[in-house]
Amino acid sequence: MKAFISRRDFLKASGAAAAAAALAGCSSGSGSTGGKTVKIGVFEPASGDNGAGGKQEVLGIEYANSVAPTVDIGGESYTVELVEVDNQSSTDKAVTAAQELVSKKVSVVLGSYGSGVSIAAAPTFQSASIPAIGCSCTNPAVTEANPYYFRVCFLDPFQGSVMANFAKDEFGAANAYVLSMLGEDYGSGLATYFVDAFKELGGTVTSEQFPEGTSDFSAYIQNAINAGADVIFAPCATTYAAQIITQAASAGFDKPITAGDTWESSVILDAQKGTSVQVYCSTFFDENDDSGAAKEFVAGFKEWLNADSQKLTNNGGNDIVAAVSALGYDAYMTALEAIAAAGSTDGTAIKDALFKVDYDGVTGSITFDQTTGDANKDMAYIKKASDGAFSFVKTQSVEG
Amino acid sequence: MKQEKKRIYLRAALALAAILAVLLALDNLSFVPSMLLTVLRKGAIYALVAVSMNLLNGFTGLFSLGQAGFMLLGAYTYAILTIPAAAQKSIYQRYANGGIGFSIPELLSKPLGGLGLLLGVVFCLALAGFIAALFAFLIGLPVLKLKSDYLAIATLGFAEIIRAAVVYEGFGPLTNGSNLLYGFTSFSSFSLHLGSVTLRLETVMPFLFSGICIGIILLLIHSTYGRAFKAIRDDEIAAEAMGINLASHKRMSFIISSFFAGISGAMLAMYQASVQATTFKSSMTYEILLIVVIGGIGSVSGSVIASFLFIASSEWLLRFLDNETYIGGFRLPLLRSGFRMVVFSIIIMIVVLFFRKGIMGDRELFQKKPASAARTAKKEVRSK
Amino acid sequence: MAAKFLPYLLAGISVGGQYALIAIGYTMVYGILRLINFAHGDIFTVAGFMMVYATASLPLAVSIPLVVIATVLLGMGVEKIAYKPLRTAPRMSVMISAIGMSYLLQNLMWYATGGLAKQYPALPWISDTVTVLGCQTKRVTVITPFLVVVLVVILVTLIQKTRMGMAMRAASRDFETAQLMGIRINNVISFTFAVGSFLAAIGSMMYFSNYTAVTPTVGAMPGLKAFVAAVFGGIGSIPGAVIGGFLIGICESLIKGAGATTFSDAFTFALLIVVLAVKPTGLFSENLTEKV
Repeated sequence: MKAFISRRDFLKASGAAAAAAALAGCSSGSGSTGGKTVKIGVFEPASGDNGAGGKQEVLGIEYANSVAPTVDIGGESYTVELVEVDNQSSTDKAVTAAQELVSKKVSVVLGSYGSGVSIAAAPTFQSASIPAIGCSCTNPAVTEANPYYFRVCFLDPFQGSVMANFAKDEFGAANAYVLSMLGEDYGSGLATYFVDAFKELGGTVTSEQFPEGTSDFSAYIQNAINAGADVIFAPCATTYAAQIITQAASAGFDKPITAGDTWESSVILDAQKGTSVQVYCSTFFDENDDSGAAKEFVAGFKEWLNADSQKLTNNGGNDIVAAVSALGYDAYMTALEAIAAAGSTDGTAIKDALFKVDYDGVTGSITFDQTTGDANKDMAYIKKASDGAFSFVKTQSVEG
Repeated sequence: MKQEKKRIYLRAALALAAILAVLLALDNLSFVPSMLLTVLRKGAIYALVAVSMNLLNGFTGLFSLGQAGFMLLGAYTYAILTIPAAAQKSIYQRYANGGIGFSIPELLSKPLGGLGLLLGVVFCLALAGFIAALFAFLIGLPVLKLKSDYLAIATLGFAEIIRAAVVYEGFGPLTNGSNLLYGFTSFSSFSLHLGSVTLRLETVMPFLFSGICIGIILLLIHSTYGRAFKAIRDDEIAAEAMGINLASHKRMSFIISSFFAGISGAMLAMYQASVQATTFKSSMTYEILLIVVIGGIGSVSGSVIASFLFIASSEWLLRFLDNETYIGGFRLPLLRSGFRMVVFSIIIMIVVLFFRKGIMGDRELFQKKPASAARTAKKEVRSK
Repeated sequence: MAAKFLPYLLAGISVGGQYALIAIGYTMVYGILRLINFAHGDIFTVAGFMMVYATASLPLAVSIPLVVIATVLLGMGVEKIAYKPLRTAPRMSVMISAIGMSYLLQNLMWYATGGLAKQYPALPWISDTVTVLGCQTKRVTVITPFLVVVLVVILVTLIQKTRMGMAMRAASRDFETAQLMGIRINNVISFTFAVGSFLAAIGSMMYFSNYTAVTPTVGAMPGLKAFVAAVFGGIGSIPGAVIGGFLIGICESLIKGAGATTFSDAFTFALLIVVLAVKPTGLFSENLTEKV
């Protein structure tokens, strides 16, 4: 005999549970061990389409926090506390996640991976006067007309031109096939910039879009073959990228496949391993860069990752350094520079200090454009995926 | 009887005004946690769409899974009409001549100031609902005569078709294709100036709009149309035998439900301050369906209560489950990102399996009990 | 001309066969319980993940039967937890329970795997590359249609010639009377779910050998399309589901080849609506007269 709980009891129980949970939820953000703290918000996706990349970015930030856990404000040493929220890669959940950071009274926000959620959250941060530093969101709209949003990475128009120039310079490509996901602003945007740049260089382009949730790319690869493409440009998320690579391999596609920074991930390496497909992507950082700061960062980060199995899982099950982790690290350090320079935990003061920051990060030197808040970056690294690792090909700039 | 009704309406209006007054205070007092306000706003928006879905599924018995598609239409219509003309060039930057070139609230607020802004927004909301209703009419023509399960899949299919069509590059100059629409009039544009004091109306406005819309739906349910809908739900053939035109009543229910779903979609756009088609997936429809079921199919107050509970639990109260928590150096197992949604899904399964009727079943919060009707009858007899 | 269409046709037949395998599961459950088992697509995905994890630590010969058995148990378990308690409840409650179960499975997968796409292991012989009429593809593409036909023949024989099959037919014709006639309805339902999950496991092996990236949401669209295929062919009819699956797979692929790639998904649903408008119970179903 099943016991049915009466409705009244259910209402009472749920009311009590809600009250208890409210108390638990409200009184969070404690745990400071005495002494002053400054809070830095981490606004990243940990689930949803961009969950994987978001987790890797968070790892970079957390590692930076372990390297530099305190900051000097006006002579006093403040402990830096990270407040992490999950925006679920979705613009409607992004607003509540941003609101949570505001309610926890963070001084500066780092993130997000994914331009859409950053754009959605920007008004929330602005009305609370909290500056935000985007780590890897490359859509120009994030910083445009948002005086409180900065970014430490390059922009999509730049990235599109870089890849178009690369296709022309490296492969002498005259015909390109561009594939992006329907409804995804990052991919379609980058695709458009590539198309414009490639046409300007005198090439012809076939451009198609696939619907969300597609697993079967054999038809698209066949379309590319039929169009006589010399190169495929497919700036999409890693899930689809893995499908494209493996299916290109089984169809015997022998031309290079290129993409933007999202493809710099162990998922692509796994997909390409054992096949003869040529895969190139543009990125912000090279793991094998021999210049001092990057080398130290890579060694330290790998050691920190390998010490904890959960962190290894979040990084995709291995210790390959993702470029977004390096960007997360740089964003954190830049934030610390600005906080120290501002001499306070007030958002507006930090924002003003950010404009004047000049920091040498592991992804290059970071200074911000005075009008938009974009980092002045003019170089991208091109990497090739082969045999389970990324090998550095060249650095590419845009001519003119 | 008319006096009874007038009293009920007056009481309802006073209750709404009281709620709005409380919210006005909450909006402007500094110690109120901003998360609470955010959850209240989102809860109000979802309350409206849950009630509209309840109207269709619970009161008319038409199992439709297309709500997200109508919300999408409403959201895009509203956004397109209210982006300020000056910003349109940069928002539609990938499409030459993108945008419609004007913004309705802007046009009206020039001559009429704050009132013009309000009128403009109300007009755009109504238009958003109207476009959604128009599509509902077109979709309903082939689909409404299908049986319940087929209707569910057909409406789900239509929602997917709409989502793909809206982001089609060909419509880019109007809808901005795959890119976000942002910068349009949102709730934060509303404020009340009383002399030197400026009162923020960010939480009051969604409640005001939702309250009026839910009020209209309640009026509908308590009218002859509402009784016809319930008859259709209980037994279609008997209803037809009693002279109710099945096709036109089903269509009416579908169109009205979609109208309010469109308005709530527009309000969701105002809340998020940005619109992107990919968020209006079928999973959003499932969430609304779960809210309706948890609140009780056939109960408007149940949907409203369940909506606030659902939003509060999923976005606020359970967030601590996502963070790695240490108790004195010992890390609690299981608590890492993703755990919140697992716990939430388990709670939903428990509610669905053990509390089948939902919180309110099919009763309303302030329903007249039959006993009191008998008492009033006795009173009337005695007073004669 | 034919050579140009061949790769699209091959891809279409292959994916159509995989949809058919999933669609059979949907149609059998719907025939008896009148329930759209929304969790079926997620069981398909879980089978994929289980194979990924199993082959990481166990040899292939052990992993494959293990995964099949685990999937069958999972399918039967879902039925016992989520559908059996609601057998007497109104239709909408059971459908909500199915949606809730699907939600739960997806969130569990997100939580357990972290969301990064995992590579499905290459099954020997099936994943090898072959050249068919000048067009290079994987062997699984060619095998799938034959395998589907074989499985369907076995299944139809089972339903027509065995006692359990007769019980299933009786239950789908009239649920209550079948119970009154002494048929152990719980066994029939468990058996139905077991067969459906078995087919989903086989389908997942074929599907993921072809499209090797496994993520928690990879089963959502194929699941939906498989259900559309089942409805298309006439819900409750197994041959109808199979034909529906192949039709949808082929049309989808041809549309992508014809250039309207954006609308390939939308087309599937549009096709469904057109068919339902003309023949409300699907292509191959019997016309049921409603008793007043």
